[in-house]
Amino acid sequence: MKGLVEVLAKSLVDNPDEVVVTVAEGEKAILIELKVAPQDVGKIIGKQGRIAKALRTLVKAAASREKKKVILEIV
Amino acid sequence: MREIEVTGKTVEDAISFGLEQLGVERSDVEIEILEQPSKGILGLFGQKPAKVRLTIKSRVIEKAKKFLDDVIAAMGVKVSYEILQREDHLLINLYGNDVGILIGYRGETLDALQYITNLAANKNEITPRRIILDAQGYRERREKTLIRLAERVAEKVRQKGRPFALEPMTPQERRIIHTALQNFEGVYTYSEGEDPNRKVIIAPKR
Repeated sequence: MKGLVEVLAKSLVDNPDEVVVTVAEGEKAILIELKVAPQDVGKIIGKQGRIAKALRTLVKAAASREKKKVILEIV
Repeated sequence: MREIEVTGKTVEDAISFGLEQLGVERSDVEIEILEQPSKGILGLFGQKPAKVRLTIKSRVIEKAKKFLDDVIAAMGVKVSYEILQREDHLLINLYGNDVGILIGYRGETLDALQYITNLAANKNEITPRRIILDAQGYRERREKTLIRLAERVAEKVRQKGRPFALEPMTPQERRIIHTALQNFEGVYTYSEGEDPNRKVIIAPKR
């Protein structure tokens, strides 16, 4: 899951080296935190959050087999 | 495709002048030598400069491949794909055992992946190309389903004389409905609401 978020985020931003993904796994849910360079935030959120929504959809699809809820937070 | 033709004293001169104009590196272009320079007779008559054509290479396909390979590996799904060059877009067709995971409910995962693939592959490209993702003919099947649905609902609207709202759809899906009913006697269509909850309304003509 961490790898997927990294791949997605790095392909969108101008500063891939500053992409940081942390994962906290709970009993029922996985919390993924995505941090990018300040000037790249718009590139992973998009107009009206369109990119962020697409990213969450993809992460959700990847997690569908794990039977756990996944929360992607952009911090 | 962006290209320019430039001249210079030597071929080398012409190339570096062209690269400067385009603001790109040598590895970003394809070089075609149109005319070799000629010194002319005694360096006086018939002097001709070198002429080259520089064409900026598109990296969209390369980047789309790299992106999809990485995503497929990171998701751990068994999926392959083929890339087909169409006139006004690239069609990437996904297939394999796990293709359903990449389609998702009503194609929402496929749409999300298509959107991000477009952004990733066209990033920093001077000549972007539209990329359409399909999965084992899903989009065509969905189109047929939508047309059938549209005609069925339109028939009912015509009989009962009352408008009917379809469920929310993406712009592409709404377009399919509008097109399908354009020449359907007795009804007209319009959309209402804001994305992602915008829906098509089929209404009786008075």
